[in-house]
Amino acid sequence: MIDFCGLQLDHPIVNGSGTFDAIAARRAFGDALLADFPFSAFVSKTITLAPRAGNPPPRLWEAPAGMINSIGLPNRGLQGYLEHDLPQLAELPVALITNVMGSTVDEVAQLVEAVGARDEVAAIELNVSCPNVETGLDIGADPLSLAALVRAVRPLARKPLIVKLTPNTADVAAVAVAAESEGADAVSLVNTLRAMALDPHGGGAWLGGGAGGLSGPAIRNVALAQVAAVARRVSIPIIAMGGVAAGSHANDLLCVGAALVAVGTENFRDPCAGSRIAAELKSLQIAGSPSSSMNAS
Amino acid sequence: MRPIAPLGRRRVAVTAVDDVGAYRVLRVADRSGPLPAAGQFYMLATVQRWGGGGDERPYLPRAFSFLSAGDGELRFMFEDVGPGTHRLGELVAGDELWITGPLGAGFRPPGDHRRALLAGGGIGIPPLAAWASELGSRPLALLGFRDGEHAAGAALIEDQARVRVATDDGSLGHHGLVTELLAAELARDGRCVVYSCGPPRMLEAVRALCAEHDVPAQLALEAGMACGFGACYGCVVALRDGGYARLCVDGPVLDAERLQPLAEDAH
Ligand SMILES: Cc1cc2nc3c(=O)[nH]c(=O)nc-3n(C[C@H](O)[C@H](O)[C@H](O)COP(=O)(O)OP(=O)(O)OC[C@H]3O[C@@H](n4cnc5c(N)ncnc54)[C@H](O)[C@@H]3O)c2cc1C
Ligand SMILES: Cc1cc2nc3c(=O)[nH]c(=O)nc-3n(C[C@H](O)[C@H](O)[C@H](O)COP(=O)(O)O)c2cc1C
Ligand code: FES
Repeated sequence: MIDFCGLQLDHPIVNGSGTFDAIAARRAFGDALLADFPFSAFVSKTITLAPRAGNPPPRLWEAPAGMINSIGLPNRGLQGYLEHDLPQLAELPVALITNVMGSTVDEVAQLVEAVGARDEVAAIELNVSCPNVETGLDIGADPLSLAALVRAVRPLARKPLIVKLTPNTADVAAVAVAAESEGADAVSLVNTLRAMALDPHGGGAWLGGGAGGLSGPAIRNVALAQVAAVARRVSIPIIAMGGVAAGSHANDLLCVGAALVAVGTENFRDPCAGSRIAAELKSLQIAGSPSSSMNAS
Repeated sequence: MRPIAPLGRRRVAVTAVDDVGAYRVLRVADRSGPLPAAGQFYMLATVQRWGGGGDERPYLPRAFSFLSAGDGELRFMFEDVGPGTHRLGELVAGDELWITGPLGAGFRPPGDHRRALLAGGGIGIPPLAAWASELGSRPLALLGFRDGEHAAGAALIEDQARVRVATDDGSLGHHGLVTELLAAELARDGRCVVYSCGPPRMLEAVRALCAEHDVPAQLALEAGMACGFGACYGCVVALRDGGYARLCVDGPVLDAERLQPLAEDAH
């Protein structure tokens, strides 16, 4: 058992928000999904106050060892989530972490308050990769606006609050420090790296949303560096992610200071990647790999 | 109830690879999966060397409708159009694949007083062949191809359907578009449900034609997919009532009347 902000988890592998839809996966794979759930906690896709349809297609571009997505955060909105999704997610055999995003402090406050009031939700993750409507900058790119956001919403829920950092900033550790100082219980990183692709047949951007975010093995070593940089500056636990496809990748992130590891894009290639990586990690830890002994020293 | 996939991907062996005109038919042994329903699909990736092709791709698995299934074997059909299908084309018997499936929702029967009419072409043959075989009534299938080499693919559905072929270059059958055959058939007898799969331009023409004749149509659609099981929200098509549907969970077969006009490019 692992204690993460008071949640008791079976193993350190969770999913990255937006990379596993437990409700759709149950339709595809049936109740076998519940018997062998791949993650020790389930992180929901980002929900927003109002429903969103998402970006026009195409939404995907395959990159060398990775992909660029421009999904556009489609979701049913807060009410739809509470009424439709939450009862189904409550049937999962693991703790539920709900990821929320708003474009103003007030929107985020409403989301945190409403989600935090629900017993089915074990923790809240704030997606701050959203442009501030006044400055146009990502809220999570600037330590000052992030601090103001966390300060305003932290008191509104008694649940653990995880701040999901954006890698698209000059100094990710400074943003993490701001989150910690305003009472965040944990940080998670990395979100996708801003990226774009051109239509091979001409005519400009391929993705319907213009630009998108890069994920997968292509960003693995960027993620490792950012997690290490954050771990040196904060003492709250870190959920690390970015390109994890095997137990050894998860182990690397734990070695530089992560408490949990999230699997994202690899779920698309292997729906049971979470269980596989947890098992690979366990056998590495039992074998006492060079990197885990380094961690202990 | 649609057949449900075993949880996760499974490792299967290639039993044979055959050339049929411009296409490849890949057979794999799959003893642990359920029998799929026509229109359902699988996500495929090779176990060895999936990656490192053109543009350092493929990375994600690729979606393929099954062509036929039974006796512990699944058959797929494809044409080399990019790094994923190119790599699949290199496989020989004994090589291994990761497969996930069957996934998605397939075709539904025409109901009373309507006959099934199949229309499609090119790489759209697999779901239509599977559907003809499931119907068992030897329905009429109108099939369009670029040229004679591609039209050889019609052999893969000839045992299950009465086939009428059109080719763009006139090398076989009707010289012209399959939708010309379809228009004539709908004018002759419109009491049918049209089942269609093919390139986007053809599907859009079928959709528009059926709407014009007020004939229900079920279209097996394509979109770029990363996961195939609803995880990525990448595979959407625009709906007439607004919003989008994920093809891998709500489709790939959708009622034409639910759709907006389809984009005609390769997207
Ligand atoms: C449900 C379903 C069933 C299918 N069934 C079949 C089948 O039975 N037989 C069959 O042959 N095909 C089938 N397909 C289509 C097949 O999955 C795609 O054509 C697949 O993308 C081929 O992979 P590739 O690497 O060979 O080609 P790709 O490189 O993926 O090229 C295919 C198209 O993808 C686009 N593209 C090009 N580069 C990129 C990039 N970097 N990132 C994203 N998109 C790009 C272009 O529009 C290109 O024309 C099906 C698709 C779906 C969704
Ligand atoms: C298709 C897709 C959708 C995503 N949606 C979300 C989302 O809704 N909210 C969020 O916070 N992160 C989202 N992410 C980011 C992932 O949770 C993760 O941070 C990122 O993909 C890096 O991990 P990976 O390389 O293992 O995929 C998404 C990523 C992908 C690929
Ligand atoms: S392919 Fe991922 S949601 Fe459909």
